[in-house]
Amino acid sequence: MQFGIFSIGDVFPDPTTGRRQTEHERIKGMVALAQKAEEIGLDVFATGEHHNPPYVPSSPTTLLANIAARTERLILSTSTTLITTNDPVKIAEDFAMLQHLADGRVDLMLGRGNTGPVYPWFGQDIRQGIPLAIENYALLHQLWRQDVVDWKGRFRTPLQGFTSTPRPLDGVAPFVWHGSVRSPEIAEQAAFYGDGFFANHIFFPKEHFVRLVELYRARYAHYGHGTAEQAYVGLGGQFFIRRRSQDAIREFRPYFDNSPVYGGGPSLEDYQAQTPLTVGSPEEMIEKTLAFREHFGHYQRQLFLVDNGGLPLKTALEQLDLLGEHVLPVLRKEFASGRPAEVPAGPTHAERLAKRNAEEEK
Amino acid sequence: MTRKLVVVSAGLSQPSSTRLLADRLAEAATRELPAEVLNVELRELAADVANNLVTGFPSPALAKVLEAVVEADGLIAVTPVFTASYSGLFKSFFDVIDNTALTGKPVLIAATGGTARHSMVLDHALRPLFAYLRATVLPTAVYAASEDWGDGHEELAPRIARAGRELAEAVRSRPQATPTAPEFSPDAVVPFAQQLANLGIDPS
Repeated sequence: MQFGIFSIGDVFPDPTTGRRQTEHERIKGMVALAQKAEEIGLDVFATGEHHNPPYVPSSPTTLLANIAARTERLILSTSTTLITTNDPVKIAEDFAMLQHLADGRVDLMLGRGNTGPVYPWFGQDIRQGIPLAIENYALLHQLWRQDVVDWKGRFRTPLQGFTSTPRPLDGVAPFVWHGSVRSPEIAEQAAFYGDGFFANHIFFPKEHFVRLVELYRARYAHYGHGTAEQAYVGLGGQFFIRRRSQDAIREFRPYFDNSPVYGGGPSLEDYQAQTPLTVGSPEEMIEKTLAFREHFGHYQRQLFLVDNGGLPLKTALEQLDLLGEHVLPVLRKEFASGRPAEVPAGPTHAERLAKRNAEEEK
Repeated sequence: MTRKLVVVSAGLSQPSSTRLLADRLAEAATRELPAEVLNVELRELAADVANNLVTGFPSPALAKVLEAVVEADGLIAVTPVFTASYSGLFKSFFDVIDNTALTGKPVLIAATGGTARHSMVLDHALRPLFAYLRATVLPTAVYAASEDWGDGHEELAPRIARAGRELAEAVRSRPQATPTAPEFSPDAVVPFAQQLANLGIDPS
């Protein structure tokens, strides 16, 4: 089981002070968060991709390569990489390059984004969102697995005898997660390829995501990649903790009430009761997070959001310290207990390379 | 099998003439066709509807009502006239409902107002709203002005009866909904080979 953090990379002002981080501070802050993640024993850092203010991460592989150079174990990932508006050839090249620089510590999550105008900005049509995701990934999948590709599709200029360079490290393509909030087509896509499925699992009640994950698991088994229990499931989550529950609630409430996502809606208390958001003590976070497994089955990756809505970097780093000290060891122990041996661990390059080698020997 | 009617009333005062009209319409319909009636007072869900607009998901209480509307065999929708149209709360409720929830469903539309001058709201605002949602909007729509609750009563009562009859007939003649596979069930998914074939991509 892998644990990590995922960042949207927003620069909203801190509602308690009105101060807005500069883009430079935020970008450096994301690197500091990733380094802290490794320091406290997390496994994954993932960045979003955005092309409009107030978000900074427009160039995820540049950011992740910088983090790769400053870390030893951390897996670098995305949440998400826009499969609809990026050229799949460039995704193949950028992430293979990153994979080499990071010695295999790379995977990526594909998504369609949540900002409509990004489509026209990159010359695409939002009404073609699902077909773009399907066609572009079909090409990306080939580019990483075939040295020479001939391609003709609906959305990009054709390729004749094209070789995407560098080739993936050790000939093993980066692991791919497909992220979706509401599209069964994407759960089906992930199942078809035997890839992972990531349910963002924040901002909405869990019931919705449970149905999508169940669909993915059933179809993963249908396509013969393994049993439904062996499918690769990732979940998001968000927390704010202090030693005492009431301190966490008091400190987080202005961030909740003024949040670009939550603000103006239900109370913090109602929202916590209805969604996976946890604001409270480490014990409360442990209890709520362990329940995810009851709802979704044993899974492979848990990513937390810790740094959005104007939260100062110092506070986000404190949150990671608290996570590492009081929560993570318990989560690791509890998630390991009762986990059937046939349920795979979170995907790594080493494990995928070993599997590939074993298959070749056969 | 007992038919189900949901009556959505967007009146705000208590007692409300909007609710009064809603009750009369439900009574007229159930006189013709026995049905289980669920009354929904949008006032009680006002904050939940607003929160759903903000968060993108319904509270448990609102979710229950939305589900009842989806499952209903027929709908009676009554709004007060506010600023030359349906009330904002009425519109917001139908904004948060899934845009396929009313497809083919018989809907009786009605409105209340201080004077009869706004009665065209039914045909210029409510009817297009439900046409967009692909509901079957019944020919008779009912408007009740304050005066209709007094002297005008002789005209309102037969109109209510006719509308109720139309709803009852539409519900009765509509085939009972056959349960379809839920959206995220493996039986409802388009197989990926089909998705690829639609784009002319060889799945190998």
